[in-house]
Amino acid sequence: MKLITAIIKPFKLDEVRESLSALGVQGMTVTEVKGYGRQKGHTEIYRGAEYAVSFLPKLKIEVAVKGEMLEAVIDAITSKAKTGQIGDGKIFVTPLEQVVRIRTGETDGDAL
Amino acid sequence: MPARLNSGDTAWMLTATALVLLMTIPGLALFYGGMVRRKNVLATLAQSFAATALMTVLWMVIGYSLAFKANPDPGLDLFIGGLSHLFLAPLTTNALTGTIPEALFMMFQMTFAIITPALIAGAFADRMKFSAYLWFSGLWLILVYCPIAHWVWGGGWLFTMGALDYAGGSVVHLNAGTAALVCAIVLGKRLGHGTGNMAPHNLVLSVIGASLLWVGWFGFNAGSALTAGGSAAMSMTATQIAAAAAALAWMFAEWLIAQKPSVLGMISGAVAGLVAITPAAGFVDPVGALFIGIAAGLVCYVAAVWMKKALGYDNSLDAWGVHGVGGALGAILTGLFASSAINPAGKGWAADGNAGQMLIQLYDVLGTFAYSAIVTWLILKVVDLMVGLRVSAEVEVEGLNVNLHGESVGH
Repeated sequence: MKLITAIIKPFKLDEVRESLSALGVQGMTVTEVKGYGRQKGHTEIYRGAEYAVSFLPKLKIEVAVKGEMLEAVIDAITSKAKTGQIGDGKIFVTPLEQVVRIRTGETDGDAL
Repeated sequence: MPARLNSGDTAWMLTATALVLLMTIPGLALFYGGMVRRKNVLATLAQSFAATALMTVLWMVIGYSLAFKANPDPGLDLFIGGLSHLFLAPLTTNALTGTIPEALFMMFQMTFAIITPALIAGAFADRMKFSAYLWFSGLWLILVYCPIAHWVWGGGWLFTMGALDYAGGSVVHLNAGTAALVCAIVLGKRLGHGTGNMAPHNLVLSVIGASLLWVGWFGFNAGSALTAGGSAAMSMTATQIAAAAAALAWMFAEWLIAQKPSVLGMISGAVAGLVAITPAAGFVDPVGALFIGIAAGLVCYVAAVWMKKALGYDNSLDAWGVHGVGGALGAILTGLFASSAINPAGKGWAADGNAGQMLIQLYDVLGTFAYSAIVTWLILKVVDLMVGLRVSAEVEVEGLNVNLHGESVGH
């Protein structure tokens, strides 16, 4: 099992969610986050006073999947969240040791 | 024939008085409040609100008398009014000023006395003690506003000389703007100025505030006719045209130079236009108002954006760049564009060939600037000795809402 953590542009969320649903992914957690990578920030000007805004708003989505789904999910996120412009985000994959569904006590593959 | 009360004039002036009060609370309070950082927004609102309360009482106790009642000594009367109306004691229901009750005239002028010190607060947002603010603005009303109002409107030396100031371009705006410049210099920069992020925390508040200022300004300028007639209507026309032209001028200048037409730029431009038309409304025709508006938008943009940077002072909310510069510009341009066809009391250079009026307007600007700057500086020094002007660095960094008022916004 793998935990996929992806940072994406906020306006791409709906497309990403739809494509993951189509793959059979059953759940997702979304968090509004701020950060920077190569895109850096932007500048705001108020009556001539310039302020660098170094952290940009992004969405962090977290999806837990079975190992065999990994490539398909990565492909889906990559293709749907991509604009080709700097600042499209990143995908992090980490191994997942255990999953428990709280309501039923089901574990691992049954709990995903 | 003895003067008689006119109910139409009285009805309009009751309305205009309410409109001008609306300019300070909540207009100016929101305009300034949106531009500061979240940790200081309540302290900024408190300045406008407290000024409203404090100036009301001081105006009743002594201000009105000093500004508008004659001094028994004709020599002294050129500079300051008399003490006949302390605590408004002689005011009766039947007393008239022109065609309206004197009580109403006193109330209308009170709303001007409220907004003028409140305007200065734009210079020391984020860093002045509340106690120092109260001492400063109270003393400033009596020692700076009342004398200058008397000079121009109460029969003082500028009045005698023939200076034109319809609704307070120099008495209110240049005066407050000058005081703001001196305050910014004496208080020093905000901690972190030039390095930290001091972006406005909520420009929505500022847009609402500027819009209320715009509407309230009809009371300010058209109310200064003191009657409900052609002069009020022409003054309202000039006010609307100048505000719109200045908003466009600032917006396009910024679009050209800084690539984006900012919302803060549009509302700053509108306020600059309103300031500049204040002395001229009621004296100029619509085309004159258009030129004054365009000039105000461009000149105040340069003053607030470039001059401030070049001179290096931290006039936090640009009370000088907008009100001081706009007020002086408007006062001078009144001499250029005043037309006896609009108001027989005002003969300007362009329409009537009266170049001398420009010189009188210049005296008006220089006299107001010099007196306001010097006495403001003296008051600041005295208040600094009494209670200290500035909060500690710790309080300034942590924020004024919590430290001065024990409250915060948004949880």
